Amino acid sequence: MTETLFEMLSYPFMVRAFVVGILVALCSALLGVSLVLKRYSMIGDGLSHVGFGAMAVAAAANAAPLAVAIPVVIVAAVLLLRISGSSRIKGDAAIALISTSSLAIGVMVISMTTGMNTDVYNYMFGSILAMSQEDVALSVTLAVVVLVLYIFFYQKIFAITFDETFARATGVKSGLYNTLIAVLTAVTIVLGMRMMGALLISSLIIFPALTAMRACRTFRSVTIHAAVISVVCLAAGLLMSYLGGTPAGASVVMANIAALILYSLAGVLRGRMNR
Amino acid sequence: MALIRCENVSIGYEGQIVVKDLNFQIASGDYLCIVGENGSGKSTLVKSLLGLKSVEKGQIIFGDGLRQTEIGYLPQQTEVQKDFPASVYEVVVSGRLNSRGIRPFYTSADKKTAFEKMKMLGIEDLSGQCFRDLSGGQKQRALLARALCATKTLLLLDEPVTGLDPIVTAEFYELIQRINKESGIAVVMVSHDIESAVKYATHILHLQEKVLFFGTAEDYQKSRVGRTFLGGGADD
Repeated sequence: MTETLFEMLSYPFMVRAFVVGILVALCSALLGVSLVLKRYSMIGDGLSHVGFGAMAVAAAANAAPLAVAIPVVIVAAVLLLRISGSSRIKGDAAIALISTSSLAIGVMVISMTTGMNTDVYNYMFGSILAMSQEDVALSVTLAVVVLVLYIFFYQKIFAITFDETFARATGVKSGLYNTLIAVLTAVTIVLGMRMMGALLISSLIIFPALTAMRACRTFRSVTIHAAVISVVCLAAGLLMSYLGGTPAGASVVMANIAALILYSLAGVLRGRMNR
Repeated sequence: MALIRCENVSIGYEGQIVVKDLNFQIASGDYLCIVGENGSGKSTLVKSLLGLKSVEKGQIIFGDGLRQTEIGYLPQQTEVQKDFPASVYEVVVSGRLNSRGIRPFYTSADKKTAFEKMKMLGIEDLSGQCFRDLSGGQKQRALLARALCATKTLLLLDEPVTGLDPIVTAEFYELIQRINKESGIAVVMVSHDIESAVKYATHILHLQEKVLFFGTAEDYQKSRVGRTFLGGGADD
């Protein structure tokens, strides 16, 4: 077992995948707790499609994919939060509108340039080989920023997640924190989507939070469990991918499904015992 | 000097005035009930008192050391809160945020205040319980404890007994009255329950797009608008 581990970590691309993956998993789990509780789960999904479109356009224009995708997705994230906040257009419809439009634009651009090939497949479902040295540096920076901001603003994030009206009434600048969450989510999604795939990256946001909520009963324990679950599932998924040659993104989602089932059982058992 | 004084206040949405020419004040220790039919501008006024909505005309003046962010607000419960994983303590202590400023963590003084308020409302045993597992009355007490953490002088309650059964409702009214009398905290309550309003409140503000009545509860019962409303509107 240890031998396999050493062998796996002797490949630089695997080390990069682990570093980026674990950090992205950590950030997305923390942000996910707030997003899921605020009923913004689908924003993650919408943003990943916007990221797909942006990357396709960047590839066609021979530009650096991250440099194009990150700003575009940040703008989309802020826009989506604003739309969800106002009641004029229904939030879910707006997300569907934006995500399918971006997907269509991305597919059009790719088919006009390189044609539908393995690139598209990799964008959609992710590739374990996709992480470069630059990505590692970027995700380490991102993870540190997300963690520091999250811990520093933890109490305020709790307050605006639980009761935004009360938080605003007591002087918490909720608009600022919502924008902050949106921006951090956008960057996390863009970093994670090339490994997890545009279609699967939102699972990193949604699964750990939902899983932790099955069994945990305080906001703090939900946050901590979600972070741990997310990192463990990512590592398990990548290991599965390496050993079995399965796609990385799908393997990580499989691990998350298993965790969700385990926690649901634990939650049911706990409920029985309390009764 | 009043805690809050409204002078010729008009509030509206995109040019459409919802309530206009509001003139009233809330003094320290008052118990004011805001009554009126649906769409009479009660919740709009609440938003403006909290600073969540700017006024079109006139001004809301805060005095006696009350700052706008130091109103102890008890909002109506939201859909999100129904299955929210948070302990009662986490909810209650979040009322201390307005005295935190930029500082990220609660001090032991904040924790002590939170436990004092929970004790005052008889929910200190529930501090580790999950908010979503509480009964309707317990949830309201937890949110009231949070409101008390946020203020020293004024509670603002937005239809606090909605969805509570009659016994719990009566208990809740008694509790509010006790807080008002014993701690001297002024109470502003938006209510549909006109009978309880005149029973407990010292002052009544009756809205119908403008002020139909503002004065003591006693005078309200004698007034034409008060008798009409109390009599179910049948005799006029």
